[in-house]
Amino acid sequence: MIYLIPGIRDSHLSLNKMKDQKIVIIDYDAGNIQSVKYAFERLGITPVVSNDEEVIRSADKVIFPGVGEAAWAMNSLRKNGLDQLIPQLTQPVLGICLGMQLMCESSEESDTKGLGIFPLQVKRFTNERKVPHMGWNELDELKGSLFDGVQEKEYAYFVHSYYVPSSSETVASCNYILNFSASLQKDNFYACQFHPEKSGEVGVRILENFINL
Amino acid sequence: MLSKRIIPCLDVKDGRTVKGVNFVDLRDAGDAVELAAYYAEQGADELVFLDITATHEKRKTLVDLVQKVAKELNIPFTVGGGISTPEDVGILLNAGADKVSINSSAVRNPKLISDLASRFGSQCVVVAVDARFADGKWEVYLNGGRLAAGIDLFDWILEAERLGAGEILFTSMNHDGTKNGFANETLAKLSEMINIPIIASGGAGNMEHFADTFTEGKADAALAASVFHFKEIEIPNLKTYLKSKNIPVRI
Repeated sequence: MIYLIPGIRDSHLSLNKMKDQKIVIIDYDAGNIQSVKYAFERLGITPVVSNDEEVIRSADKVIFPGVGEAAWAMNSLRKNGLDQLIPQLTQPVLGICLGMQLMCESSEESDTKGLGIFPLQVKRFTNERKVPHMGWNELDELKGSLFDGVQEKEYAYFVHSYYVPSSSETVASCNYILNFSASLQKDNFYACQFHPEKSGEVGVRILENFINL
Repeated sequence: MLSKRIIPCLDVKDGRTVKGVNFVDLRDAGDAVELAAYYAEQGADELVFLDITATHEKRKTLVDLVQKVAKELNIPFTVGGGISTPEDVGILLNAGADKVSINSSAVRNPKLISDLASRFGSQCVVVAVDARFADGKWEVYLNGGRLAAGIDLFDWILEAERLGAGEILFTSMNHDGTKNGFANETLAKLSEMINIPIIASGGAGNMEHFADTFTEGKADAALAASVFHFKEIEIPNLKTYLKSKNIPVRI
């Protein structure tokens, strides 16, 4: 069928290198991880979904997804000791949406303490415009390997009511009400406020770049 | 800049698309998964699947379909039709849907909105509202527009927002099927009243109608079915046109 598997294309990337990797998606009962799993499957990778410390530590790459409410999600992480584990990981870790926000110091959402990987405070959008910020918005000021091959002003899909302000860890920006961090990076920790698994070809490229780090 | 979204709506029955889909270049126009992938390729920003069987026995078919779509599609999609409990929603989200749309069940049981918002987050709760303008007022209708609910449109939308709806899908029954344009005056009024996104539905006939609903109607997204299914409007052309009118779209 011609139109199926829109994510897969011939590229300069080594598909074999990608397929050999062990990708672990952290399972902490926070929202829709199926979409993330399917996005990797479209790239020919079968990720492992787990909350087990040994499994997570043994991964080549770790995905920290998240949809939902911050305090509730942090509680779920604590139940499994994942709040202690995640900041200690040494392989590349990619936080997505709420995952990115939880990697920060704290969030205004239910006054939640985060994992403290990024020394940043998550804030709520003011009601100057509609909240949540929902839909496709442009990525600006792209830096670093996650955005190789992604052009300035390409679109990614966002759904969020809280944001991470711009900082020295910001590697992509977005503007809605104000400039905020669309993506962060520090050492082996990477994060996207948008959903790469739902961001069409741009998202596919970003996930490929992460796998190829 | 946040772009305006173009959303094709696919009616499905027993896991297959219905309602005059006329695509010669698809092998099987009734295959909802193939059609969805086609629209994603064309640049649709999201998709809505409306299950028009929606009987209890057929739910499993819908869940299977959602799973198949989620496996193929790399853009967000919403599923609606006959959803009345948090359990229904949990199953659909776990199968890979990004959002669910609730309509009559929310009017009959408004608490459903807050239950879903607190359990799954507002971002996945689309409240769909069908309304008809008659005798100087907008009234909400149930059961696919067959039953007047005796509720004022504006009161209901405010209530839906207050209860935690993440988005409103407003269909004007006066405009639906006319191909004379969206209910822009009312859409603009709604958009100024509430602080969550509004999807305009009902009345799309040409590309100008989309431009008008984004400018005059202040809509955040526009949904249509037949103009896309019959290729009266092709999404790449529509987006090029909107861009030429300085409307922000993802191309």
